[in-house]
Amino acid sequence: MTAVTQNIPGQTSRKKSIWNKLWEQKYLLLMSVPVLLYVLFFNYYPLWGWRYAFENLDTKTIKTGADWIGLGNFQWLFGRDDFIQSIWNTLAMSTINLVLGTLSAVLLAILLNEVRNKGFKRTVQTVTYLPHFLSMVIVVSMAQEIFAYNGPVNHVLKTLGLTKDTVYWLGDKKYFWGLVGVINVWKEVGWNSIIYISTMTSIDPTLYEAAAIDGAGRFRRILHVTLPGIKSTFVVLLIMNIGHLMEAGFEIQYLLGNAQVLDRSQTIDVFVMNYGIGNNKYGRAIAAGMFKSVVGIILLFGANFIAKALDEETLL
Amino acid sequence: MTAPAITLNKRKSQKRDIVFPIVNTIILCLLMFITLYPVLNTVAISFNDGIDAVRGGIGLWPRVFSTKAYADLLSDELTYNAFGISVARTVITTLLNLLFTSMLAFSLSRKEYVLGKFITLTVVMTMYVNAGLIPNFLLISRTLNLDGTFWVYIIPTMFSCFNMIVIRTYIIGLPEALVESARIDGANDLRIFWQIIFPLCTPVLATVALFVAVGAWNQWFDTQLYNGGKKYLHTLQYLLKMKLATSTQSANSANATADALAHASKTTPITVRCATTVVSAVPILVVYPFLQRYFVTGMVLGGVKG
Repeated sequence: MTAVTQNIPGQTSRKKSIWNKLWEQKYLLLMSVPVLLYVLFFNYYPLWGWRYAFENLDTKTIKTGADWIGLGNFQWLFGRDDFIQSIWNTLAMSTINLVLGTLSAVLLAILLNEVRNKGFKRTVQTVTYLPHFLSMVIVVSMAQEIFAYNGPVNHVLKTLGLTKDTVYWLGDKKYFWGLVGVINVWKEVGWNSIIYISTMTSIDPTLYEAAAIDGAGRFRRILHVTLPGIKSTFVVLLIMNIGHLMEAGFEIQYLLGNAQVLDRSQTIDVFVMNYGIGNNKYGRAIAAGMFKSVVGIILLFGANFIAKALDEETLL
Repeated sequence: MTAPAITLNKRKSQKRDIVFPIVNTIILCLLMFITLYPVLNTVAISFNDGIDAVRGGIGLWPRVFSTKAYADLLSDELTYNAFGISVARTVITTLLNLLFTSMLAFSLSRKEYVLGKFITLTVVMTMYVNAGLIPNFLLISRTLNLDGTFWVYIIPTMFSCFNMIVIRTYIIGLPEALVESARIDGANDLRIFWQIIFPLCTPVLATVALFVAVGAWNQWFDTQLYNGGKKYLHTLQYLLKMKLATSTQSANSANATADALAHASKTTPITVRCATTVVSAVPILVVYPFLQRYFVTGMVLGGVKG
């Protein structure tokens, strides 16, 4: 109503023109404000729940009202060996995922870039992208067959003479990190290679021709043309991924882990699940989750900052 | 410099050019084999006799052929129910998510929109800051009391920021004259969105719809958190999750309560687990070859914006 009355010609003060504009854009408001409210409620309002990190909230006190206990939950957390261990597990598995994931993707992209037969290239891509779309439940179910006591992996290793005894891949904690790394590579190598392949196709083909005329063989062309061509993508993605070091994953550890390997499989997310939902210690679990989020945000903004700085100075 | 040096180089590189493609092809074929082997192995086990399968050693073909695992699975009405729930949540989530996400994407693609900057910043920040599992759990189950209902699958998943950015990037790439001429013709923003922009966005919307649909189909964790005790609200993925080797469950004390009652610690024959795996993967495997290029388009579109 006010907007209409202010729609009188001649009145052009700044305040009125804003109301005017809003009225003109009422349909844009109609299309965006409900979604904004949705985001505020489902993404911002839960942040208010972080206050429970400082209260002794559990199933009992949630009804009667929890008490403020200051940093008590954090003291409890950092006094626990299994929480400290879960921080290490998180960092270890995300580092393994980062290194294996990046190397395998770059390697696959280089190999695919050398394929001249378009049909074969497309076939390899189609097949290797597939596992990305399977749920982690399906992947873990398959892994339980593949790495089973009498499964194909043990069979192949014994046939090749690489191992003498049957290996308990799923029940021995010293294999867990590696297992997660291998399964993640299997699932994501094709998908992760897409970005490198598309970067490689944008490399100027005359560079390859010039290198060939200079007598560079295939390996030297890869070394001196392909790899420098993907350097900037590689560095940016690497830094971005460092920003996600606290995200080691939840599903694979939760689904693949068991009592024997818990010592190595419990990431911070699994810890939060086990204490928060399993034991209903909401306050303590929120404190653990909050610790992870805050460290994650610091890493992410740090990484973004470095990536931007590099982007402006050295890379472009 | 001299002619012989060049021919020498040429001969050398020609020799490499024969060896390398062969080695490369072998490596890539091996990779395809390793990628497909677990899938085919699971299919083979699912068609094997249950008792025989415990011996292990089944490769790409069943040793003792049997369809009993599928007969067991398909004679259970909960399987059909879970399939229905999975389909319903996937379809409804995809439609609603697409509508809300593209609506916001269109609004935020208008440069003249007064609240554009503020809303963009607010929404993009959610990609960085996440309250975490427990605060979200308390919101859904304590504040909204959505646990134990079908709506817990729909309401929290109606919008996704990353997809909004992908769609917005696409809309910005469309000719601005389309919007201007429609506006001159007297169309309001709602009509411009619905009758001009929305149809033009079909390629990007198809991509986004696929991502949302795959994500919804593959989801199992919300069922465990909110609907573990309601067996008629279980999804296909959760059905499979409950059938994962029992040693897994014992490790996760989290499953202790409602979840444990649901599967009452009975061991599932591995053939039935493999059959469930196949059934829950089939929809993805069937549509995947046809839709693969859309997925990749989306990946590249998203990658542009980062």
